[in-house]
Amino acid sequence: MKFKYEIEGGNFSKAGNASSAVKKILKQLNVPPAIIKKLVVALYEGEVNVVAHAWNGCIHVDIEADRIFVSIEDEGPGIPDIEQAMQEGYSTASQAVREMGFGAGMGLPNMKKNADYLNVKSEVGKGTTVEIITFLK
Amino acid sequence: MKISRLLEVLDGELVCGERFLDNEVLWGFASDLMSDVLTLDTDKLVLVTGLNNLQTIRTAEMADIECVVFVRNKKILPPMIEIASEHEMVLIECRFSMFGAIARLYEAGLKPVY
Ligand SMILES: Nc1ncnc2c1ncn2[C@@H]1O[C@H](COP(=O)(O)OP(=O)(O)O)[C@@H](O)[C@H]1O
Ligand SMILES: [Mg+2]
Repeated sequence: MKFKYEIEGGNFSKAGNASSAVKKILKQLNVPPAIIKKLVVALYEGEVNVVAHAWNGCIHVDIEADRIFVSIEDEGPGIPDIEQAMQEGYSTASQAVREMGFGAGMGLPNMKKNADYLNVKSEVGKGTTVEIITFLK
Repeated sequence: MKISRLLEVLDGELVCGERFLDNEVLWGFASDLMSDVLTLDTDKLVLVTGLNNLQTIRTAEMADIECVVFVRNKKILPPMIEIASEHEMVLIECRFSMFGAIARLYEAGLKPVY
């Protein structure tokens, strides 16, 4: 089963709408709550990153019998040093993002913790793609 | 403790979730940083925060948190109530500071996550 959601950069009033929709679907599919939580926490941090750091993006979700594959793709400034971005506490977030309760440099580390597989690809000046796999068994 | 007791202890204002006042909460976590909240893996948790925006509610939704207390007289806004109701959350306003609210909850038996 495949789903796609658009994300608007900078629009914090909509941040989380896609993650919420995915959570609803996974619940309907009777995915165990602990697995849902891990996936949607990672997805939500990723969605917030697009809103906070990029211009626009989209989320693809592909649900299969044994795994959920998510890719969060954006057009944006990209990440010059991914290893650095993965460090806890590293953040370039604006004051506005901090006021939303994010921007402490915990997002990517938290995504890594919650995903069974995480891959970040980025091209400076073009955009970023984050892939997440969560196994259902 | 029951959420109704928590409401009493905080002399709080119930803004939504009246149906769930008999639900039990065991643990408390206080933060204005939603990324911190998203690192938790605890059931029956109350989030105590001064951050009154939609992201607080979305964070609670993703983290399966069913009760959120807003301290320092922060007002819960209508779009927050809309999403919280849909996800069967209890939202409470309280006039105490973060420290004051937590002290009362701790004294009443709510436990820290770590
Ligand atoms: N989609 C993205 N586009 C551009 N930069 C990003 C993106 N995601 C993360 N980053 C960069 O990586 C840093 C760390 O991200 P993260 O760990 O989520 O922390 P935070 O978002 O709180 O800053 C960000 O501050 C930003 O510099
Ligand atoms: Mg982030």
